[in-house]
Amino acid sequence: MLNKLTRWSRIKSPWILHLNSGACNACDIEIVAALTPRFDVERFGILLKATPRHADVIIASGPVTRQIRDRIIRIYEQVPDPKFVIAVGACAMSGCVYRGAYNIMGGIDQVIPVNMYVPGCPARPDAIIDGVVKLLGKL
Amino acid sequence: MSFQIPIGPQHPALKEPISLRMTVEGEVITDVDMRLGYNHRGMEKLAEEKSWLQNIYVTERICGICSHSHATCYVQGVEKLMELAPPRRGLYIRYLVAELERVHSHLLWLGVAGHEAGFDSFFMYTWRDREIVMDLLEMISGNRVHYAINTLGGVRRDIDEGQKAKILEGVATLRKRSEYYFYIGANEPSFVARIAGVGYLSKESAIALCAVGPVARASGVARDVRKDDPCAVYGELDFELATADTCDVLGRVVVRVKELLESYKLIEQMVKGLPAGDIAVKAPRKAKPGEVVSRYEAPRGENIHYIKANGTDKPERLKVRAPTLANYPATVEMLRKGFIADIPLIFAAIDPCICCAERTVTLVAAGSGEESVVRMSDLRRRAIARHQNAPVKRNAVWPL
Repeated sequence: MLNKLTRWSRIKSPWILHLNSGACNACDIEIVAALTPRFDVERFGILLKATPRHADVIIASGPVTRQIRDRIIRIYEQVPDPKFVIAVGACAMSGCVYRGAYNIMGGIDQVIPVNMYVPGCPARPDAIIDGVVKLLGKL
Repeated sequence: MSFQIPIGPQHPALKEPISLRMTVEGEVITDVDMRLGYNHRGMEKLAEEKSWLQNIYVTERICGICSHSHATCYVQGVEKLMELAPPRRGLYIRYLVAELERVHSHLLWLGVAGHEAGFDSFFMYTWRDREIVMDLLEMISGNRVHYAINTLGGVRRDIDEGQKAKILEGVATLRKRSEYYFYIGANEPSFVARIAGVGYLSKESAIALCAVGPVARASGVARDVRKDDPCAVYGELDFELATADTCDVLGRVVVRVKELLESYKLIEQMVKGLPAGDIAVKAPRKAKPGEVVSRYEAPRGENIHYIKANGTDKPERLKVRAPTLANYPATVEMLRKGFIADIPLIFAAIDPCICCAERTVTLVAAGSGEESVVRMSDLRRRAIARHQNAPVKRNAVWPL
């Protein structure tokens, strides 16, 4: 019964954490734009949280710089189970134009497991919302 | 008793991961130590491996908010090296996009400033209006953020009559809205009282610490590359330099709102006076050996690119001095003698072009070494509570 309730609330209202791993700001701004009146993800119950301990879904952007790598693992560990990761943008998927630069790992999946990829440079806010909704469909 | 507060490397007021260590005594900040490098991707080295044309797309991805500024600054420099003269129509479209970008960046910043001051409806208002300019940029270039409209020797896309009309229509709406924000600012005493006197930077220290952009202009330093060293089209357009002399966050808000209105003026002039002709000339594959310094006024301040060519199809060196970096020493000065509650607001006020996520602040008691983690949202709540209890600064006025 309790499991059913938590599952229902998780699907109806996923709380997200926005994680930047050295992105150029573009995807991050589009994630914030998804919260504002035009796109307004809150109508789906999606709420941006300030701390990893409250979050269900990590929305991560950026190609993961070497210096931020350990921080990302730390943040991932802080998120309670079950946790999901959405990699937003081309550089979070493969490194994009930064591919070959000496200080990047080349994608979020090099460091933490990823459940969903949202392509685009940067991904549009509607694509990001679509990614979250598709992830919820899989739960 | 003095405390050390590490902030970051991830923090909502900072858009790039950066770590700051504040030494505080009670509520007052006495010293700040900055640790950089969390967002270091090695782009300058990367640029040496790519051709002149490919590097436009690399420089565009230095920053997602002022993407066009970096690409424009780079393209200006390379055109000088290659001795290219872009057609006037191409230049007009390039700087039209640049001004639209300034509008989007300043609207974004106004929203963030409102958010940090606890005025969330202002945040939602400005971001709603920002979508208008995002639509215009998407219409012109085909993308919302990385416009990729610059090319060596001009621009890649032309604009037609229908698009011109839509731009003018959008700008008219935005002007009406911006004037309304002026009205809100002038008639919302709690907002003005919250930002007046916060993050003081005197004119002397602004000059001594080489502050750039709206931070310098809010301290009364009339410095703007568009006026001082007018590149291409700015020399023939009519606009005014926005300055304020209150030297605080209020001044920075005023400067940016004024600049918004100046940008609308510039956009209208450029759309109405758009010359006929080609939009680009063909660029050679290689550049002659030489070096060049290119300057451009990005929304955050003066952006400098140093480019060195060695006769091949790749740059030998590309050095970027972004405006945020120039503003760091001034930020340290602004934070000194400030309050913990004002940290997010002062940071946001320089409009740092850097990325964010984890919103935790660790309070470390220097005496016992005891750590307590405070979430950024709690810090903001504390800040708002503190200012609710603080007496309203009755003499604070909207200086317009």
